[in-house]
Amino acid sequence: MAQEERDRRVVERELTMSRAMVEAIAHEMREDEEVFYMGEDVADYGGIFDSTEGLLDEFGYDRVMDVPISETAYLGAAVGAAQAGMRPIAELMFVDFFGVAMDQIYNNMAKNTYMSGGSVNVPMVLTAAVGGTYNDAGQHSQTLYGTFAHLPGMKVVVPSTAYDAKGLMHNAIRDDDPVVYLFHKRLMGIGWMPAPGGPKTPVPKTDYTIPFGSADVKREGSDVTVVTLGLHVHRALEAAESLADDGVDAEVIDLRTLVPLDTETVVDSVRKTGNLVVVDEDYRSFGVTGEIVASVADEALENLDAVERVALPDVPIPYARSMENEVIPDVQDIEDAIQATR
Amino acid sequence: MYEDMVTARYYEERLQEEYLEGKQPAFDISAGPIPGELHLAAGQEAAAVGVCHHLEDEDTVTAPHRPHHVAIAKGIDLKRTTAEIFGRETGLSKGKGGHMHLFDPEINFAGSGIIAQGCPPAAGAGLAAKKRNEDSVAVAFLGEGAISQGAFLESLNFAAVHDLPVVFVIEDNDWAISMPKERVSDVRDGSKRAGGFDMPGVRVDYDDAVAIYEAAGDAIGRARDQNGPTLMEVQVHRRMGHFMGDPEAYRPTENQEAAAARDSIERLVEDMEAYGIEGETLDELRTKAQERVDEAIEWAKDQPRPDPEDAYEDVFVNPPSGATDSEPEFELAGGDD
Repeated sequence: MAQEERDRRVVERELTMSRAMVEAIAHEMREDEEVFYMGEDVADYGGIFDSTEGLLDEFGYDRVMDVPISETAYLGAAVGAAQAGMRPIAELMFVDFFGVAMDQIYNNMAKNTYMSGGSVNVPMVLTAAVGGTYNDAGQHSQTLYGTFAHLPGMKVVVPSTAYDAKGLMHNAIRDDDPVVYLFHKRLMGIGWMPAPGGPKTPVPKTDYTIPFGSADVKREGSDVTVVTLGLHVHRALEAAESLADDGVDAEVIDLRTLVPLDTETVVDSVRKTGNLVVVDEDYRSFGVTGEIVASVADEALENLDAVERVALPDVPIPYARSMENEVIPDVQDIEDAIQATR
Repeated sequence: MYEDMVTARYYEERLQEEYLEGKQPAFDISAGPIPGELHLAAGQEAAAVGVCHHLEDEDTVTAPHRPHHVAIAKGIDLKRTTAEIFGRETGLSKGKGGHMHLFDPEINFAGSGIIAQGCPPAAGAGLAAKKRNEDSVAVAFLGEGAISQGAFLESLNFAAVHDLPVVFVIEDNDWAISMPKERVSDVRDGSKRAGGFDMPGVRVDYDDAVAIYEAAGDAIGRARDQNGPTLMEVQVHRRMGHFMGDPEAYRPTENQEAAAARDSIERLVEDMEAYGIEGETLDELRTKAQERVDEAIEWAKDQPRPDPEDAYEDVFVNPPSGATDSEPEFELAGGDD
């Protein structure tokens, strides 16, 4: 979105990312009775990461449904309800639990449109919490961006700010295809997990959509293009600000959606800067960093002077703080990668 | 059994103290000496000791995300367990797993962080015992919230159809995080699900360690004698939140009070006193247990933290050719820089 457009919409009020998401969901539930939310601990608890906080009071148990711990059943049921014309939002508490129900996700939700020759569609949103940085070990800390983006048939959304979270959620619910909406725990603004400063932004009270496939230039720069998503948008911005003092002017691009992927914004930026750094909290091999580098190489190899990848090395995420800090890219890692392109 | 129960209870009290250090006044899950989430099992000790006191080291136990009482009852190395919970290098998993993922192969104990995840591997341990004609058994512990999960139901069927020496133990503490049992299952007695698999099902009420011990003896004996699996459900109570930091706004105060009032340790003490066991003997056991716990915690806190580089080890036992133990250098592409 153009900066002018964003300025026009800026209002005084700031929201955390979780409040912005919930505002969009509540709006869509008011507008359309076919929209409902289901998941584990989403009603009374309000979502472990505040993803549904307050919805039960307005909409009741019929439309904010706690479900048995049976992801295959309720995610598959969301597929069935969506095929019947409803617009379910189904929450997987931690994205790491995807394996419990992956068949329903990638063989039904993602493929039924194609395998029916387009005669049925699956207008559902699968929400899930992603991310580490709080030492919860290998089964509760992954992002798995690449996993969902790799398998065809799912649109994949990863907001990094409250403004984007709301606009992308409106779009996700209104989309006639299955959308996987991955929210980073560290960005939600939960009391017990302090967020960095960036994700809390002004958010318009009215509804608005952010189209999928539109990456956002979160910081303009001329020397190097840093492409990232989720929590690492904020780490990249911090790195960019830090390097600005050394005379390095980094452009930071927030992908916002992986499917569809806005390669145009990325390629345009690389044509301007000549240098590319891709930062991802997901595993390095066969993932987002490789995909972005390949996309840029396809279209602008002649403009590419240097490439760096910063991602989780190919190890499960360790529990102890010293080791988790080692594997999850931090601001210094991003600064080092930017410097390495110089 | 009493000694293990008070060890587990006191262990969790001490962990709670340590966990909260540095996380107050505003609770920050990423601060303090103990990393990550912490799920405590105070109130559930009877289930662990009643079952595990029939087991030997070669018998397998898989525990869910709330594992400490089961681990202690199975005889886990308490010092290395504690070091793991503190994220230290000498922990059972070298600081890689944490409190939900305790693995002690010396006693065939494995933890898991995902609901019902331990059920299929328990069936696998039973399968291995059967194939090798050994008389060891496997026990999978799970919560009542897990009985809707496919992995559990599929494991029951698998164990039944192959007559595997497995006992599935549902610890019914009434709550799956914020979801009360009645809102997620129309079957109040989870052991009735055994009927669907032509397997014996038994339920023990009242947080009663002795009754659990007796019922578990039958089930484990049946498995050891190669007569197939059993599904047990035992009533326990969750005296705390789902995890440390859980505000429990969803839980009525009466329910919390009822859970605190139905204490399995107090019940066992009453039973023992009725049998004429002296209070002095119990005091001695409790003191011994507390000393053991304090010693383990002090030892663990003195242990070294893992080197950050250790993160790259143990992905494979037999690392493939070309794999390195350290983070790869950034690769350059598309230019001559």
